[in-house]
Amino acid sequence: MRRYVNRKNVQAKSYHTDRFHQRPQTPKFDPASDEVFAKDLKSLESKFEIKDAYIEVNQLVVIIDPKDNVAVLTHLRDKCDYTFLSEMSAIDYLAEDGEFEIFYQLLAMKKRKRMRVKCRIKEKQAIETIYDVYKSSDWAEREMYDMFGVIVNNHPYMKRILMPEDWEGHPLLKTYPLQGDEAAQWYEIDKIFGKEYRDVVGPEERDTKRIDPKDTKHFARIGHEVPYGAKPVSKPDEVYEDFQEEDGVFLITRFTKKNQKILNERK
Amino acid sequence: MQTPNRLQPFYENLVFEKDDNRMIINFGPQHPSAHGQLRLILELDGEQVVKAVPDIGYLHRGMEKMAENMIYNEFLPTTDRMDYIAATSNNYGFALAVERLLGIEKEVPRRAKVIRTMLLELNRIISHLFWLATHALDVGAMSVFLYCFREREFAMDLMEDYCGARLTHAAVRIGGVPLDLPDGWLNQLLHFINKMPDNIADYEGLLDQNRIWKMRLEQVGNLTPEDALDWGCSGPTLRGSGIAYDIRKEEPYEIYDELEFKVPVADTNDSYGRYKLYMAEMRESLKIIRQCIHLYKDTEPQLMADVPQYISAPKERIMTENYSLMQHFVLVTQGMRPPVGEVYVPTESPKGELGFFIRSEGDPYPYRLKVRAPSFWHTSLLQHMLPGHYLADVVTIIGNLNIVFGEIDR
Repeated sequence: MRRYVNRKNVQAKSYHTDRFHQRPQTPKFDPASDEVFAKDLKSLESKFEIKDAYIEVNQLVVIIDPKDNVAVLTHLRDKCDYTFLSEMSAIDYLAEDGEFEIFYQLLAMKKRKRMRVKCRIKEKQAIETIYDVYKSSDWAEREMYDMFGVIVNNHPYMKRILMPEDWEGHPLLKTYPLQGDEAAQWYEIDKIFGKEYRDVVGPEERDTKRIDPKDTKHFARIGHEVPYGAKPVSKPDEVYEDFQEEDGVFLITRFTKKNQKILNERK
Repeated sequence: MQTPNRLQPFYENLVFEKDDNRMIINFGPQHPSAHGQLRLILELDGEQVVKAVPDIGYLHRGMEKMAENMIYNEFLPTTDRMDYIAATSNNYGFALAVERLLGIEKEVPRRAKVIRTMLLELNRIISHLFWLATHALDVGAMSVFLYCFREREFAMDLMEDYCGARLTHAAVRIGGVPLDLPDGWLNQLLHFINKMPDNIADYEGLLDQNRIWKMRLEQVGNLTPEDALDWGCSGPTLRGSGIAYDIRKEEPYEIYDELEFKVPVADTNDSYGRYKLYMAEMRESLKIIRQCIHLYKDTEPQLMADVPQYISAPKERIMTENYSLMQHFVLVTQGMRPPVGEVYVPTESPKGELGFFIRSEGDPYPYRLKVRAPSFWHTSLLQHMLPGHYLADVVTIIGNLNIVFGEIDR
């Protein structure tokens, strides 16, 4: 029987799974347990629909509706001092429920508090840009689009950032294999030589442990290679120890191993 | 468009449109002052930059994708390749993120914490020296470059004595450090930090009142505090705009809450202020290392956290106890299985706020790992900062922002 491979999520899997293993959870606390967070949450709840809120590893996590993202972040920036966007990106949950999770990681420097705003969008759904709230989201949103294909509406320059412009596919999707899909594997060959040269050049060698016995070029003992299977020459005739002229050159005396000195301590 | 002939060859790097006197210059990606593979598309009006579009991605290796397909311990040496100027700060940022996810931050032994802090600060000095060297070289001060590299070499030798590597250290492990300090290392370190203040004074002697240095740096690369916040600046770039936010001080990790150090701030908002700030930060780092040397002496010799569920036991226990050997085998072949949850952990790397976001589904492989590399955000600032400056200042500003392409492209 052929082994089942989940094409929707090709991420590496543990080969051993314990049926009775209970996955522990990181401890989550009620936002009311922290004074500052409780206040922030209250001011948010009065205006927006909050789906869930909890404190995880000392940071407040708030789950909102994706339509509210600009309004919520503007409110947090202006009313709750979260003036700094540390990070934003997406998480791919397409294989599980056909959704992306977008997170915005915020910092309030005055209060020394960090919080995370999260929302979920469907696969083809776009999200509104937060460029007007935090300018720094410019590149972060581009990176999100590049890596996941999440389209951001009204972004000033919605283009790929890390991958080439004509790249096919979005590398951080769980459907995208680690060594790239077909277009990725032949990207350079197709571009430089053309598709018809795929057979001539051949696929890229990715096995780092592979040894070509006929290859005498890339060998450890350069200049002293022996045929495959033959005994290595233990003492090669010529060993180049020094590469300097016999008498040295102008201003530089010739270095010899005999005259070298090893210092016990740095000067 | 150009019509090339024998007298006027085709300039592939230059598009010159005569009608509106605008020139578009392609800066990089192989420019020595771009500090890596940065391509800048500059629109010039005369010598003034009107528009700048940074283009990155030439060093993209897909580290976040790699992380998803590696167990946590496997990924740690890969983090070296991000900010390769100060590799330990990456290792540490990742290790701390995983420790917080596992909830074992408090289990890390005291000695490991002291060693880690020492290494982090030594890396900060290495990074700042490298920054000053290359920045000064960009602006034209060759001798500063040579002096800085002399001291950097000393610091790198110290790193080499500790972990065997000069650039890609992998000197930190999840749950502690792998090795104790070698014999005589602390004396060498003390020798280094005793000498270093004089060396810093030498650099300042060369640069502080240097007319060229001042003309090239003062009132160049201005960044208001509002813009710095808006564009996600952190570290020295943020503090150079008068905002005293240092994660070591405000959200202390390791033993930073016990140590005495100041957070230098510059409120001139320009490149010269940031230069002074870097110098002051190096002095503070020396102070921290000196305190760590004293703290090291009264610590227990334990180096790794004792959490058998996640972290292998010490070698002698693995070799003598059957159960430790079994656990070690499982941890090496399958990897640790952290709790389900997510964590974002910021640390103060020499470049700024280095954050690791980890989403775990309870598998040995992280479901999502996002690296918040400070240089990425600082590079995006270029499109805002460069317009209005002269072409010659572009190099100064790029050098001054201290960007490293390993962590921008990841």
